[in-house]
Amino acid sequence: MTVPRPEIGVLVFPGSNDERDMAWALSALDAEPVFIWHGEHELPAGVSAVVLPGGFSYGDYLRPGAIARFAPAMDAVGRFAAEGGLVLGVCNGFQILCEAGLLPGVLRLNESLQFICRDVTLRVERTDLPFTSRCEPEQRLVIPIKNSLGSWYADDELYAKLEERRQIVLRYHGENPSGAVMNVAGVTNASGNVMGMMPHPEHAVDPLLGSPDGALILASLVDEARRRIPVTV
Amino acid sequence: MKATVLVRPKPGILDPQGEAVKGSLKKSGFDVVDVRIGRVVDVELDTDDHSKARAELEQMSNQLLANPLIESFEIELGDEQ
Repeated sequence: MTVPRPEIGVLVFPGSNDERDMAWALSALDAEPVFIWHGEHELPAGVSAVVLPGGFSYGDYLRPGAIARFAPAMDAVGRFAAEGGLVLGVCNGFQILCEAGLLPGVLRLNESLQFICRDVTLRVERTDLPFTSRCEPEQRLVIPIKNSLGSWYADDELYAKLEERRQIVLRYHGENPSGAVMNVAGVTNASGNVMGMMPHPEHAVDPLLGSPDGALILASLVDEARRRIPVTV
Repeated sequence: MKATVLVRPKPGILDPQGEAVKGSLKKSGFDVVDVRIGRVVDVELDTDDHSKARAELEQMSNQLLANPLIESFEIELGDEQ
């Protein structure tokens, strides 16, 4: 019996640049990527998850993600998320989800003022999510970051609330490359169906490229997307 | 009517750009204690009604020009400058 390949939407904004790597990675992990142009008002009926890839949507003008959140496709993503749909944002995708209010906090300029492009080690804080089900509790993952606006921030009050609701999913381990509050590298929304992360799992799928650890995140997503394949009558 | 929105990093929030500029100014011999860097947005509105303009600019600032988590904003209307 062949395993069904779930359709996963990959949003494309003007200035996105990781959508092809993301599509390649999802495809390698037995999903069927479907590109969705930012001007679309509806998501394709067949998709059972949506990914917002990295890049520099709208040139990062004003603040990264600030303009992209007003794209018609983001309204559709908002409705999809509100109904419990799976949404993963990576790097610029994470920034967009924060600006859109679908995830808590905001991404700021790295403390070092530098564009950082290298592998980092993460610690998995939760494994009961559709994005981390293939990980072991507190597992260390090696996944690259490549950003200059990757420093996640929340004030003390918001952070305390997120900690209490267990919304921190990934933390930098050993060193904090960006100056992010409490080493946060990835967060989820309160209901656990939307996640954002600064590191790029799609760049760490093949061991030839240094680490296959990103595949654990994406394959978790594909597993759950497969369970949610829309039934066509 | 012309207006200006001043967007600033909120007090207490680390401003790495400001820190870098402060360091550079100090090296140049200036006796600076602190530098914070924000953004100036000049907007021209198609109205002469002050209260309408102010209400619209507040909405613009909250929705897009500033992120209330990290930034504060101040609105200056044309002839008040």
